[in-house]
Amino acid sequence: MTIELNGRTVELSPGATVADAVIEAGADRDSRGVAVAVDGQVIRRVDWGKTKLRSDQSVEVVRAVQGG
Amino acid sequence: MPSKVDSEASAAERVDPGISRGDVDGFQLGGRIWGSRLIVGTGGFRSLEAMERALVASGAEIVTVALRRVDPLARGSALEVIDGLGLFALPNTAGCYTARDAVRTAQLAREAFETDWIKLEVIGDDRTLFPDAVELLDAAQQLVDEGFTVLPYTNDDPILARRLEAAGCAAVMPLGSPIGSGMGIRNPYNIQIIVERVSVPVILDAGIGTPSDAALAMELGCDGVLLSSSVARAKDPERMARAMRQAVEAGYAGRRAGRIPRKLHAQASTPEKGLPDLG
Repeated sequence: MTIELNGRTVELSPGATVADAVIEAGADRDSRGVAVAVDGQVIRRVDWGKTKLRSDQSVEVVRAVQGG
Repeated sequence: MPSKVDSEASAAERVDPGISRGDVDGFQLGGRIWGSRLIVGTGGFRSLEAMERALVASGAEIVTVALRRVDPLARGSALEVIDGLGLFALPNTAGCYTARDAVRTAQLAREAFETDWIKLEVIGDDRTLFPDAVELLDAAQQLVDEGFTVLPYTNDDPILARRLEAAGCAAVMPLGSPIGSGMGIRNPYNIQIIVERVSVPVILDAGIGTPSDAALAMELGCDGVLLSSSVARAKDPERMARAMRQAVEAGYAGRRAGRIPRKLHAQASTPEKGLPDLG
């Protein structure tokens, strides 16, 4: 299954969840300051492990950075 | 008769009781009371270590952060430093051009930082980074409806400031001059009018270059100052952060103390009565 992850096309195993995408993106799923949107909709942290991804979905995994 | 020790202690208190605790009178923002009227951005520092030293020196309790795609190669975490110092991380929507993007970024920030507070930025172009008034007001209304505590970065426009207040924003944050320009407060009269016309806190956001700019903002009646580049990009950020802290405190105290009216002509401060005749 291929998804768009932070602007890159990546291959995930069928049945992969948002939590898998977070790890694939290089984030620590337990760390504060990380958030996820799938096709523009924010997925709450408690739902990461149970939200399955579908092919061609666009996933954005963001974290806190320095900013003004 | 007081002992020597007692009189020394009272002399020390007389020197400047305001310096150590900061002259802030309790800064009410978003239903909370803060001990500092200076909010510092975390962008633009050369290193996380430089940022940490400057944040400590600034005395700020609220610091801004942004959200960007995860970079697996990034080293260190700004948030760990902020959390380690016990400061409140205020997320922003920097880089958003539309209300839709700003609202989504705020929703992501709420999830990432477990806070309903958002510094709302919706800009119109990348050359001036001026706010897009139409999109800004739209985003502010949506976010207030969703229960956010909205702190909008806005133009130095008193009418827009009132519209943002009416929309339910917790403060208005007019710019002094373009973000990162260090041009100071280009229209102090408009800032003064905003202070007069809105009842939510007014925080001067953007354009501060020097401590005197920050002091002027407070003398004009602003409730606080938000700055970033002037500290982060200074030759010595830690020293500049301390200077900004002192400037905000001095400007606030000066405003509260009540300045003398401006006059065209001199008014002698030494009485003429009793002047000896030395003829």
